[in-house]
Amino acid sequence: MIPKTLIIGAALSAIFIAAAAISFIWTPFDHAQLAIPNKLKLPSVTHWFGTDHFGRDIFSMIMVGARTSIAVAVIAVGIGIVLGVPLGLTAASLRGSWLDEVIMRSNDLIFAFPSLVIAILITAVFGPSAVNAIIAIGIFNTPVFARITRGAALSLWSRDFLLAARVAGKGKARISVEHILPNILNLLIVQGTIQFSLGILAEAGLSYVGLGAQPPTPSWGRMLAESQTMISFAPHLAIFPGLAIVLTVLGLNLMGDGLRDLLDPRIRRQVT
Amino acid sequence: MLRYALKRALSLTLSLIAASLVIFCVIEIIPGDPASYMLGLNAQEDTVAALRRELGLDASAPARYWGWVTGMLTGDFGTSYTYRTPVAELISARIWVSLPLALFALTLSTLIAFPAGLYAASKRASLGDTSVMGLTQLGIAIPNFWFAMLLVLAFAINLRWFSAGGFPGWDAGILAGLKALTLPAIALALPQASILTRVMRSSLLDTLDEDFIRTARAKGLSRRQALWKHALRNALIPVLTIIGLQFSFLLAGAIIIENVFFLPGLGRLAFQAITQRDLIVVESVVMILVFAVILVTFMVDLAYAWVDPRLRAGR
Repeated sequence: MIPKTLIIGAALSAIFIAAAAISFIWTPFDHAQLAIPNKLKLPSVTHWFGTDHFGRDIFSMIMVGARTSIAVAVIAVGIGIVLGVPLGLTAASLRGSWLDEVIMRSNDLIFAFPSLVIAILITAVFGPSAVNAIIAIGIFNTPVFARITRGAALSLWSRDFLLAARVAGKGKARISVEHILPNILNLLIVQGTIQFSLGILAEAGLSYVGLGAQPPTPSWGRMLAESQTMISFAPHLAIFPGLAIVLTVLGLNLMGDGLRDLLDPRIRRQVT
Repeated sequence: MLRYALKRALSLTLSLIAASLVIFCVIEIIPGDPASYMLGLNAQEDTVAALRRELGLDASAPARYWGWVTGMLTGDFGTSYTYRTPVAELISARIWVSLPLALFALTLSTLIAFPAGLYAASKRASLGDTSVMGLTQLGIAIPNFWFAMLLVLAFAINLRWFSAGGFPGWDAGILAGLKALTLPAIALALPQASILTRVMRSSLLDTLDEDFIRTARAKGLSRRQALWKHALRNALIPVLTIIGLQFSFLLAGAIIIENVFFLPGLGRLAFQAITQRDLIVVESVVMILVFAVILVTFMVDLAYAWVDPRLRAGR
């Protein structure tokens, strides 16, 4: 049976991914077009989510903003997987060696750094931009994937079918790719979904403090930052981008939970 | 126990050395010349040269690293370039905002999470459990700075119960200080409380599946009695880990919330120093924050070993 959380989560995530995709070909209004006479309009039939202080259509900005959030988070998770998974596989296959020790201790070290401060440091040193936000978030995804890969791979290395593969003469690297990777894929998908949602939150935070995507690229975090001084007389400016973040993150988290229930039978047994 | 403590202390020291090296390299070596970086693109060459002398940049990198580390050990963090005051003074003033804020938020989060987690675990799979879990999902998904803005809208702008930001200082009285920290602490506590509730619930459920709980039930204890007398204590270990992690996160992670509420804390100091290119302040604040994280982890490790002798033997 497909878990209910998976259905709700996938539906919510799909809405935002679709919004981002559609925004490439269509938005109700041009998201960058200024129309000062139209400024600070409340939600209406023409402007579904109202307009901001420059008269820009908030619904269109949220659609295009979804693009930024999703792109930053997806690439950051990609960096985490591309760097972290091979590190984790290597550490597990050379368990107890100096290389394993170095990889895992470096992981601990990255975990000890307050991630937000370092992300801000990176974007400040190399200049605020979406690319540097991606790098900053990606760096902190790496140890997460390395650790989870190593843990899962270690439990597999003691299994009989890997012993069989070793007897058949396969090297450790080949076993890692051909036998271990497919077996931990479920785990990586679940973790990837969770990191994706954390990435969206991190991107929102960074662009809120002005260190994410730069104008004119719309981003949910910056929309919130711009709305802050106007919140007393135009709360809709803050409410819609915020809801967009909450619903996307909620959708991804529910999807992650649902996938875990679906893909890991052990947990399914515990739940029922 | 002493052997274990010494072993952990050694690894603490190594982590600190590694962390200080990383910070030093990121700040002093990668972006090129710190002096011209601090002064910006339009700086005159002799101004840059003067600042280089003032910052002691004519020395070699290892010598500068050594000077920075030994300085910190004696409490001398250098002098801020923008504030023109010793960094140690800046930090000690700010820590009296950040530390109480982190403790306040942690207390709130624990006060919410313990009863909520216990309730959800004891009513497993009921409507109440599902509602609590749903609320925690929502709590995790809400960005704390957005929640902070909504709190300001509701309680500062509409109801006028709190001020929208700023900190009067502890000289204005403990109550006034706590009042200024209330909304920021609530905003910080929401996601933390949600995470802690989930950890509390799942840890309790795991413990309730253990054999010793079955024995307790077989002895005639009710489910509730077994939960309170036996499961709770055993379930607390993962909960304490998360509380430890959250404390260090709250100390460093308040950076955005401190910005929303214009609180003069460590996070805001770091943020301002980064934007003002005051690298000496950045270096020291980041090092202090990392030190706090590593120290808390160390203390949590020791606390475990003290509570659970099995952990001393392991590793």
